[in-house]
Formats: sequence, structure tokens, C-alpha cells
Amino acid sequence: MTALLISFFSYRFHVKTTKTKSFIGLIIPLCAVLLALAIGAIMLLSLGANPISGYATMFGAAFGSVEGFSETAVKSIPLLLVGVGICIAFRANVINIGGEGQMVMGALLATAIALAFPDIPSLLLIPMVLLAGAVGGAFWGAIAGALKAYFNVSEILSTIMLNIVAVQFMNFLLRGPMIDPAEIARGTGIPQTMRLTENADLPILIEGMRMHLGVVVALFVAVAAYILLWRTAMGFRLRSVGYNPHASRYAGISVPKNVTSALAFSGAMAGIAGAILVFGSESHRMVTDGGSTGFTGSAGFNGIVVALLAGLHPLWSIPSALLFGGMLVGANALQRAAQVPSALIIALNGLIVVFVVSSEYFKQRTLQAGRVEQEEDDDE
Amino acid sequence: MPSQSNATPMLQMKGITKRFPGVLASDHVDFDVRAGEVHTLLGENGAGKSTLMKILYGLYQQDEGEIFLHGKPVKLTSPANAIAHGIGMIHQHFMLVPTLTVAENVSLGLKSSRGVLSDLKNVSKRITELSKAFGLHVYPDEYVWQLSVGERQRVEIIKALYRDASILILDEPTAVLTPSEVDDIFVIFRKLADDGRGLVFISHKLKEVLDLSDRITVLRHGKVTGYTTPAQSDRHDLAHLMVGRAVKLAPDKEYVETGESLLSIKDLYVTGDRGRQAVQGLSLEVKSGEILGIAGISGNGQRELAEAIAGLRTPQSGKITIAHHDTTFSKPGEIREVGLSYVPEERMKDGAVGEFDVKENMILLNHNKAPFCKNGFLNFRHIRQHSEELVKEYAVKTPSIDSTTKNLSGGNIQKLIMARELSANPKVLLASQPTRGVDIGAAEYIHERISQQRQRGTASVVISEDLDEVMALSDRIAVMFDGKIMGIVAQKDATRESIGLMMTGEQQQESVA
Repeated sequence: MTALLISFFSYRFHVKTTKTKSFIGLIIPLCAVLLALAIGAIMLLSLGANPISGYATMFGAAFGSVEGFSETAVKSIPLLLVGVGICIAFRANVINIGGEGQMVMGALLATAIALAFPDIPSLLLIPMVLLAGAVGGAFWGAIAGALKAYFNVSEILSTIMLNIVAVQFMNFLLRGPMIDPAEIARGTGIPQTMRLTENADLPILIEGMRMHLGVVVALFVAVAAYILLWRTAMGFRLRSVGYNPHASRYAGISVPKNVTSALAFSGAMAGIAGAILVFGSESHRMVTDGGSTGFTGSAGFNGIVVALLAGLHPLWSIPSALLFGGMLVGANALQRAAQVPSALIIALNGLIVVFVVSSEYFKQRTLQAGRVEQEEDDDE
Repeated sequence: MPSQSNATPMLQMKGITKRFPGVLASDHVDFDVRAGEVHTLLGENGAGKSTLMKILYGLYQQDEGEIFLHGKPVKLTSPANAIAHGIGMIHQHFMLVPTLTVAENVSLGLKSSRGVLSDLKNVSKRITELSKAFGLHVYPDEYVWQLSVGERQRVEIIKALYRDASILILDEPTAVLTPSEVDDIFVIFRKLADDGRGLVFISHKLKEVLDLSDRITVLRHGKVTGYTTPAQSDRHDLAHLMVGRAVKLAPDKEYVETGESLLSIKDLYVTGDRGRQAVQGLSLEVKSGEILGIAGISGNGQRELAEAIAGLRTPQSGKITIAHHDTTFSKPGEIREVGLSYVPEERMKDGAVGEFDVKENMILLNHNKAPFCKNGFLNFRHIRQHSEELVKEYAVKTPSIDSTTKNLSGGNIQKLIMARELSANPKVLLASQPTRGVDIGAAEYIHERISQQRQRGTASVVISEDLDEVMALSDRIAVMFDGKIMGIVAQKDATRESIGLMMTGEQQQESVA
């Protein structure tokens, strides 16, 4: 359901409408967030809570302390990685609703590597599992990409359906081939792997907190995606195909290849997010509750929102992901302090999406008005 | 009907000035229209024709100046107000509702004479009368979506006449019409003028202006640069007034010895979009140093032929050889490598990425080659330098190489594409409709550039609907009809009549060239 809603909005947020060069391009999404928070305030009021102290609690918990910020950063990692992947896909005019499945596939491959080679030292094993995550996600994304590129299958449908396939594959592996032998011995049969090798644990950055190496990896990937899109020939082709496949094809750029690689890149980043969720978790094992959200926390979908708020820019995705990550952390605090359901945060997320996406229309109109003034006399 | 007196014109616009931020769109322009005449406003895109007419139609208010109708000063504050004063506008883009009938469209926005009840019957009757009176062949009960472009335009005229327009503004009315439709509509315009109306004809097509007008006012950069009549001036004079300098309407030609054959097409069959055989057994040969023009009414397979040569459309059978390489089934990128440059018909669809900036479009073809790309990374120092050079060399008017391409004018986008294509040093140049919708100055420049390809030894093919363009540029002219070549004539032996005949499917009698 969430997926369908988001895909509907994503459609309207067509890549062509996206240029974040001007001042207006920055101000309008900010206003949209503020408006969403204002409506959220009304909702808080109607639930009998004081919105000012409510928001203070929320943002205080998320950003007010080093511990809080550490939590926020950890929550933001998958959002940022998926969001950056979405930026790449959307720039190539491909819509990726398959972040969930790609995260799962990345996590599975990374877990398999960790299970297979527990004795490799950290320095080598950590890059290996992250790479495995990227490969797993990229493979899953590329399937949808190739289907779109060569058989004209809508990537919106194929990515959603591949999410379901990935989840069932995870359930199968974690109940069977990859299950913790202890679970079988004990007869409890919880679908989870054994405690993965410590060599693959992501190192903690600040003693006593949860912030781990994944934060650095996610930031690195965001910068790399920016460089990919605007500094390399590959990115040039991705953007060219996204803007105008006809002119690209005529210029000798292969449209199918670039559509496929856009989804592969997008999937790779979701896959890395999946791997980080496994090796940065408290339990250091992969567990399934039968669906994907238990594992991903819906980051595969929420990452789309992150990218949209960021105007499909990988670097702007960093603050955007922190905002949404912070709201996740703040939601729990809010629930404790004001006794409002944490589902309110889901509503707030939704409001932000609606406002940000609709604000795009407003932004275009404002920009256009400026241009029309200048070109008023152009007949054609 | 309005007064016929020549002493007071129906409409006088005096000292009209309109400023937009940074632009003086209309600079003390005087303009008048007398009953019974066609007065042309001639100028390039951006010269101020539209601004002036939008002021007259009440869409803009002038900053300075006055408007008189039948000698009395008026203030036109809105289109409704202008219509009430008897001013009608035939827009270039029709303002019709396709799912409604002609009568319904005409009555839209008007008060019914029967209060809340519809009086479509009366409307229909009046439409039929008007249609008969001016030979418009418009039938009130037809749905607009069923009508051809020419018919829709006549519905627009009826709409204005129904509202008793005595001054008709015709905004580039021929832009969307075929040559024979243009002839028909000119007869109608003349009838409307003879009936005592005043017509303002907006155009940048010199031949049409000379055919239709009684008087001509030429605008450039918002200023009037000349008042004249068809009797006093020819195309060169008008072009001079429009552009502000003498314009060569045909490029200089230097005789060049033709060399080896660089493009050869043998017995080519290509399927069109709707499964139709668009190109049927076509054969051509183009030699180094020559320009072959392909004339013909559009839709006779020219687009499919061009796409097949460029590799965008897979031929059914036949053989295409470019610079001694068989490229019949090659991909577009491979064909470029062999030495083809292609200036496509739809420049914004196939020729350039509108959202890219100028420099990005300049390297669209060789973005992955040194020196623009090293180890997969773009080298912006070289890209900028290359783009600056090309923008300068090909006189592309753009605020900077970082400007978004789609914001440039059509002529400048075309120059950008030409710059990119010609800088690739092609062996074969294929240009489709190279100057369609491009202003005169840019068209002159583009013609000059194509013409120069002779000296470089390029084999060039120019596909154009504009017969004048084909005649001016080509060494040999091939005429295409229904996917076949009707005949090829040397430029010196070509006459408009013989080519015109072949364009309608007449096979060439004796083969020359």
C-alpha cells in the first residue's frame, strides 16, 4: 500500500521537473516540511498533547544530545543509502520501488559470505561483506532494469513484485539452509542465522554508543554517487538517457544498458544498506519475522521520500535522511512523553511527502513565471 | 460595417511602448489599419509583433502610447473588452474544444438569446450564413476533433466573425498549413478585407507577406524599421529590414570537383511507424564534395529514410554504405564512428537534450572520448574550452555555456547542433529540415555552413520541405514521393514546375544528371 502511494507520487515527481540550482529550489521544500509539521501540530492538539513541547521532545531526543544524534545517525544510514540509490534511478528516469527487496538480497548475500568465511580478518572481511551486499542488491535491481530495458516491463510493477520474491527467498534461507544450527538442536526453530563472526562486526565509532562504521560508509556512498552523476561519463549517460532517450540513442548512447545499470546502481546502494543493517545490528545476525519491514524498517520505501525531499540530489539526501531518521528516533520519545501513538510519525512522514511533492508544482510555476517575463516576446 | 473612409483608419496605435524587466519589447511603435486592407506586421521571433498584438487584444497594457478605434481613444483592458470593440484574434494555437461541435465552440462564452435555454439553432444558422458568404466550408454540426488543421482554423475565423470582429489579427496563420491550404486561406482573407474589415497579418515568411499584403510594417527589437508595400520592395529588402543588414537568401556556391561516392543506398525498403512501407526500393548515390537535396511533401518517407541512414530505424532490406562501410544494420553509435553526422528533423526530440546545459550538449557524442573524458571521469576544463570555442565559431547566442539548452531560441539550438555535428568532421552529412522554424539570420548562417561542406569534401544530403531551400543549396535535387525517388535533376536544370510535378507523383520524363 505504502509502495503504491509512493509510486503514484513519484510519477508526478518526474525527473524533468528537478533542478535545485536556485534559491527558490531550496526554500520551497523547507516550507513544505514546515507546513507538514504545522498540520502535525494540529494532529497533536487533537490528541490532547501540547504540540510545542511535543516537537521539543521529539527533536530534542533526536538531535539534542550526542547519544540522541548517534541514534539518529544509525537510523539514517539505510534511509540515506536507499535515498541515494533512488536519486540515481530517478535521474535516469527509472522508478525504483524495490528498495526493500534489494536490501534483503544484499543482506542475504553479505550474510552468506560472513557465514562462509568467518576466519578472514576484519580489515578484509568488512569490505567483502559490504561488497557482497552491493552485488546482491545490484543483481536484484538489474533484473527489473533488464526487464524494463529489453522487454518493456514497467519497473514499478517488477520492482514491487521482486520485493515479495526476495522476502520469500529470505524466509526460505533463514528457515532452512542458513538457519542457526542451535535453533534446530533446541527445536525452537526461530528463523534466524547464528551469531555472525565478530570479524564482520562494524566497528563502533564512539565508545558506549551505537554509531558505527556504517555512518561513514553511507556518507562515502553519497559523495561517490554525486561524483558518479556529475563528474563521470557514466553519470553523463545516465542523466542523458533520463532526460531524453531519443537524443541519447541517436548520440550513440545505449538506452537499455543505461536503464539496466541505473537500477543496478540503485539496487547496489540498497544492498549495502541491507548488509549494514545485519552487521551493525545489536544481535549481529539476520532474523526474519516473515515480512521485509521487520528487517528493513521500511527504509526501502522511506528512502524514496528522502530522495524526493532532497530534490534527487545525493548530497542533499544527507540532511534529508537525518531529518527522517531523527523523526524515527523522536517518535519513540514523543510516545513516551506525551502518550501519543508513534503511528503519528508515519502520518507526519506522509504529510511531508504530500507537501514536498505538491510543492514541486509551485516551484515550477514560480521558476516558469520568472522565465516567461524574460521571454515574453518569443512567438514560438 | 465600419466606416470606409480612408481619412480615419479603423485602428491607430500611436507611440506604443511596453517594457519587460530588462527588455524594451515595444519601443514607440506606430501602427494603423484601414478598412479593406491587409496590413502585415513582419519581424523575426522576439521583434515585438506578439507584444504589440497582445496589447491590442487587451492581454497586456501599454506603458506609453494610445490606441484609437475609428478615431476615438480606447482603453483595452481585457480580451473580452477588445472583442466588444470588434477586435478578433486568430491564434496560432487554436483555442477550440475538440469534443464539442463547431456551433458549440462558437457559442462558448456568449450569452444565449433565449436566456438559460440554448439557442444553438440560431448559432448554427448564422454560422452557415457566414460560411457561405466567405466560402469557409464550415459546418456547424461537425465535431472539432474530426476536422483537419485547415478546417479548425476556419472555425476560428468563424468564431471571430460571429462576434462581429471588424479588425482581425491573424497570428502566423500559415504556420500549420500545407501550400495548397495557404492558397485557399489567402482567398478567404482577401474576401474578408474586401468586405470592409481590417486584417493584421503576422508572419515572418517573406513570400507570403508579398503575396497577401497591402502594406507592410517591419519590426526589429521592438522598433519599427520600415513601412513599405509589396510594390516597393522584394524579399531582399524585407529581409534587410528584418535583420538589419543585407541577407543572402541563397548561399554562395563554389564549384567543387566531386570525388568518390561516400554515401550509397541500394534498393532500400524501410517500414514506417504504422507498419506502412515508408521507403520502397530507394537507391541513391552521393559523392564527396556535393550536396544532394531531397525535396518532397513531408510524409513521403523522408523521415524514415533519414532514420534508416542514421541507424535509428532498422531497414527491411537493401544496403546502405557510408564511406565504404556497410552500415545497413549498424547501431547509431557505430555509424557515427564511420563518419556520419546527422542534424535531425526534430531538434528538441532527437538533436539535443533540452534539460542539459549548452556544454553538455556539445559533448553529447564524444563525452566518453579524450580529452573530454579520462578514465571515466569528465574533464571539465577541456569540455568548457571546447564548448566556448564552438559557441564562438558557430555564433550560438547563449548567455553562457552553462545555460539550459531548452531556454535558447530554435535558431540557436539548431546552431548548437550544427556546431556539434560539423565539428566531428563528417564524411557524410545528413541534415533534415535544417532551418524549419529558424529565424532568417540563423537560416542564412546554417545554409552557409552546409554549403561550405563542399570544400571539405563531405557528401551532404539535405532533406527539406522548403523547395526554395533545396534549390538554393543543392547541386542535384532528388524528389521523393511515396517512398520512392521520382527523379533526380541537376540544380541548373531544375525548375519549380518540373520539381513540383514530381512532388505530386509524376515520374521524371528524361533522366538528366
